[in-house]
Amino acid sequence: MPDILTLLGDTWTTVRYPLGGATCLLGALLCIVGTIGVLRFPDFYTRLHAASITDTSGAFLVLLGMALMAPHWLVLVKLFCMLGFLVLTSATSSHALANAAHTAGLQPKIGPVGQAGHEDHEEAGH
Amino acid sequence: MAYLLGIFLAIVAFWMGNSGHYTPLMLGFAALSVVLTLVLSARLKIIDREGAPYVRLAGLAAYYPWLLLEIAKSNWVVIKACLRADLDISPALVKVKTTCKTDLAKVTFANSITLTPGTVTVEIEGDKLLVHGLYEANTVPEAFEEMDRRCARAADPAGSAA
Repeated sequence: MPDILTLLGDTWTTVRYPLGGATCLLGALLCIVGTIGVLRFPDFYTRLHAASITDTSGAFLVLLGMALMAPHWLVLVKLFCMLGFLVLTSATSSHALANAAHTAGLQPKIGPVGQAGHEDHEEAGH
Repeated sequence: MAYLLGIFLAIVAFWMGNSGHYTPLMLGFAALSVVLTLVLSARLKIIDREGAPYVRLAGLAAYYPWLLLEIAKSNWVVIKACLRADLDISPALVKVKTTCKTDLAKVTFANSITLTPGTVTVEIEGDKLLVHGLYEANTVPEAFEEMDRRCARAADPAGSAA
């Protein structure tokens, strides 16, 4: 039984660096996906949704990857604090942006856009 | 008094987790800064239910893993929307009524809506939230009912929960 435990421990120490690196890379990739969304979506409010991919899954996966590679439990505590602050502040800043735009009178584009709405292609001309 | 104790424990745990130096001199500085923080919070009068939500910690701890799952699910939807060759989004703006009573529960609910990609809380008025969504089908008021119920259970005082 102790043999299995040491084997598991050894495997974990070998595996956690590549695993953490891969998770960080995946998070970075999702940040890029969010950026693509920001560039493609038609108006301010929809762009906010694309940016929230970067805020949530992108940032979470990067933090998770760093946690897998953490050399010490103190680093884990700091990463966990970061996660907590990120959860509370990124949503608040998104809401502040949306609320400011709404208060300033920016009207969101409502209804089907692109492939979902055919009349949109005709409107694109002018 | 319980709130004061909650804040005290949270600050001590925060210091211990961030410092990593446990020599007497450093611990003395720690005690000093903790006392200073408590005095300042007392002067600001923020030692109350909202400033120390640690009484509801068990409920919130049960809520956040569920929220994480919801975030993962809706992330997938928005990622697909971002990368699809032809855009097929249909943004919508809806009013959502919440059953949450306290400000803490309402903020948790609004924050959760904003945190899940594809939906953003634009405005809160009383017990009504203005929500902007990426897909019309996912932004009907019924879609938020479960989240609303879970928020009320997690953050509202036990007596007022429906």
